[in-house]
Amino acid sequence: MKKFWIALFMLVPILALWSCYVAPERGWWFPGTTGPYGGEAASPMGRRIDDLFYMILAITTVTFIGTQLALGYVLWTGARRGDAGSGEKAWFSHGSHNLEVIWSIVPAGILLFIALYQMDVVAAIRFKSEFPEQVQNRPLAEVTARQFEWRIRYPGFDANGNLLPLMADPQPTDLYAVNDLRLPAAQPVMINLRTDDVQHAFFLPELRVKQDAVPGLTIPVWFEADRADEFTLLCAELCGWGHYKMRARFVALREPDFLQYLRDLQAQQDYDGVPDAADEE
Amino acid sequence: MSSISSTATGSHGSSVHDHVQGHDLTHGHGHGHGHGQSFISKYVFSTDHKVIGIQFLCTTLLMLIVGGALALGVRWQLAWGMETMPFFGLLFKTEGGQISPDFYTMLFTMHATVMIFLVIIPVLAGAFGNFLIPLMIGADDMAFPVLNMLSYWFMWPAIGFFGLSFLSAGYGAAAGWTSYPLLSALAEAAPGSGWAQNWWLIGLTFVGVSSMMGSVNYMTTIINMRAPGMTLFRMPLTIWAMFITAILQAFALPVLTAAGFMLVADRLLGTCFFIPAGIIVNNADPTVGGGQPLLWQHLFWFYSHPAVYIMLLPAMGMVSDMLSCMARKPIFGYKPMVYSMAAIAGLGFIVWGHHMFTSGMNPALGMTFMVSTVMIALPSAVKVFNWIGTLWGGRLEFNTVLLNSVAFVSMFIIGGLSGIFMAAVPVDIYIHDTYFIVAHFHYVLFGATLFGVFGAIQFWYPKMFGRMMSERIGKLHFLLTFIGFNGTFFPMHLLGVAGMPRRYANPYMYPYLNHLLDMNQFMTVCAILMGLAQFLLLGNFLFSLKFGTPCGRNPWNANGLEWAAPSPPGHGNFDVPPICYRGPYEYSSPGAPEGEDHWMQTDPRGKGWKPPAEH
Repeated sequence: MKKFWIALFMLVPILALWSCYVAPERGWWFPGTTGPYGGEAASPMGRRIDDLFYMILAITTVTFIGTQLALGYVLWTGARRGDAGSGEKAWFSHGSHNLEVIWSIVPAGILLFIALYQMDVVAAIRFKSEFPEQVQNRPLAEVTARQFEWRIRYPGFDANGNLLPLMADPQPTDLYAVNDLRLPAAQPVMINLRTDDVQHAFFLPELRVKQDAVPGLTIPVWFEADRADEFTLLCAELCGWGHYKMRARFVALREPDFLQYLRDLQAQQDYDGVPDAADEE
Repeated sequence: MSSISSTATGSHGSSVHDHVQGHDLTHGHGHGHGHGQSFISKYVFSTDHKVIGIQFLCTTLLMLIVGGALALGVRWQLAWGMETMPFFGLLFKTEGGQISPDFYTMLFTMHATVMIFLVIIPVLAGAFGNFLIPLMIGADDMAFPVLNMLSYWFMWPAIGFFGLSFLSAGYGAAAGWTSYPLLSALAEAAPGSGWAQNWWLIGLTFVGVSSMMGSVNYMTTIINMRAPGMTLFRMPLTIWAMFITAILQAFALPVLTAAGFMLVADRLLGTCFFIPAGIIVNNADPTVGGGQPLLWQHLFWFYSHPAVYIMLLPAMGMVSDMLSCMARKPIFGYKPMVYSMAAIAGLGFIVWGHHMFTSGMNPALGMTFMVSTVMIALPSAVKVFNWIGTLWGGRLEFNTVLLNSVAFVSMFIIGGLSGIFMAAVPVDIYIHDTYFIVAHFHYVLFGATLFGVFGAIQFWYPKMFGRMMSERIGKLHFLLTFIGFNGTFFPMHLLGVAGMPRRYANPYMYPYLNHLLDMNQFMTVCAILMGLAQFLLLGNFLFSLKFGTPCGRNPWNANGLEWAAPSPPGHGNFDVPPICYRGPYEYSSPGAPEGEDHWMQTDPRGKGWKPPAEH
């Protein structure tokens, strides 16, 4: 029976490793385009986040296997010593100072390394001063969450057809869309994130982007989609009964297509119901 | 102190076992102050720490059923959301038994509330803290027995108010157990944000007051009432854990209580601590004010992160004691164990911001919180190494206590390692509010703490009731719970990596999550297995009260002071005032009396000891 229990405990690391090993091919892994590990992030920053994830995964997996094997070993030898016929006594020991020092300092070094290794990426994602130059103070859209949808406000065009900068307050020229965020692909873009009511969170799983929308705050968020494609946008902070249904899409477009999209939006918004004079004839 | 008329051999350990056993069964109770008490003062409004501890234990086991039922509701919805939900579906007859999304938000909110505030915190500090502290340090009761009684009876208003929350519109508070404003601050925000939320907040306050009274009592008792010879570094790790937990509660809880009152004031008195101006919720009038919702998150997590350790440290202490006893070996590195618990508690106060990495607080703060959070893994790692060291070279007794304690260590390794992922800000940005987080804290709070509690129930049950629990049922309960637990919670890591958000009534409307339904159904089957297995525990608990094998003072041949008292101890605990001669982990010591592998703390025999002339 002892062997059964030890086998049960050792089944945990075996099944854990197996399930992680087969996860990518079964779709139990990162969403995104298919890469060497399964889902690869669709943004440069997303790939940096994934790399950090894999680094931590490597360190924790080694630790996990090591500690679980050690546990299995001490259970196995301890079971033998406790057998009915065995007269062997337990090892009388209050511990080992040297071991304590080793297993305090080594993990401390590794953990400190893990923490410090993240710093650059944290700064690049979150610090306004570290944002890519082309997006600094140049938001392309304002995304406002509300129960239970995403409202998007783009700047409009001036009389000469040039794109205006996005103002903090709504302008008569602004363009609007709901649950459909479209921005240029293959370049860093920035949005201003707000909420009309309760707290929400802006989550682009394929791009590994997440930022809470906090009542009373306007929070800049930047990201970069690799290519023109359609991605999922959803809410990641409990916002009420309809939290699960704040489904929207983020469409990354080539820059000319993006401008054309805004022009189409403007045309729709300016449409007055009167057919064009040209069509009359 | 109770009368000393009984034989003094009781403290001499197993060489006199049979004699003591016979003694216990006939005279074990009845010594001391127990005489002439009415039923009410003895079993209901009792000031005896043991009765209060057992009251806490029974209450929390009852609440475990409630919390478990709510959890199974959540699991059912994620597996068969389009089907009639058993039991809860009766409330939704007109909808064909399919629950509504707001009911779903209520289910996970109240599941967490019940499990955290009515099960895990009170079962550790309330039940085992109360029962064990005076016994393990050799005191006859708590320092403030009446306060102790009140700490239990303040739980019932809390349960009542949470119950009222269920009866209010929306069937209960539904803003998550974290109750972030504005969802929790404005009644218009959700069906459960009306009076259900008020009752929830008031209930929370009562839980806080109850914990506070306990914490003051534990600190005073441990500092002042230790038996002669029980120096601080001769205290069992359970007592160290309870002591550190009490300090955590004393310093963290007032913040939550204050925050709770501020939120109640925002809701009922028109203040605006957390409510900014100009917010329009559900077409209600715009709010006035200049509050800051992030303030709540800071205050809430300033309590609730230390609370995570309040929910873990006592189990760590108890598991240390149980492992040492079942391995017949001293704790490996007693002092590092104490220092690492102190380090966890100290660091525990400066890591709360890791719950807010995506919240929009100053990102520079996120960096400092990241470093402190990653570093808190260090004392946890030291503890794991020392537990494995304790088993290393041991003479293991493969009983229910050992199995549950080893499960604690094994599951804590997983829960601890997964914590490193979310301590790292960039990775947390992705996995925050996904099922990865849910996996992590269930591995710590269920995988570690509850397995520790299951072991502790089996281990100290003989001291509580004078009878052993069934090993056979105990092992079966462990087996099913262990399988069900891992089957339910390990796949959550994968769901989280796949980007499945928490708290979604229907995640499958997103194409990238569609294929995860099978896995969720598998998890729900495992969860149902795990839920049903808990009836084995309850059955074993109740059945053994009457039919368990009667035991003597020290059925495990353990060293602690509590095993020198009769089983169960009468009012006043010890028939012989205990004197502590050594630390609690002298198992298999070469200095121990001939033929014994344990050496009780109360045993005066040792080097140079001669039996008294007259015996």
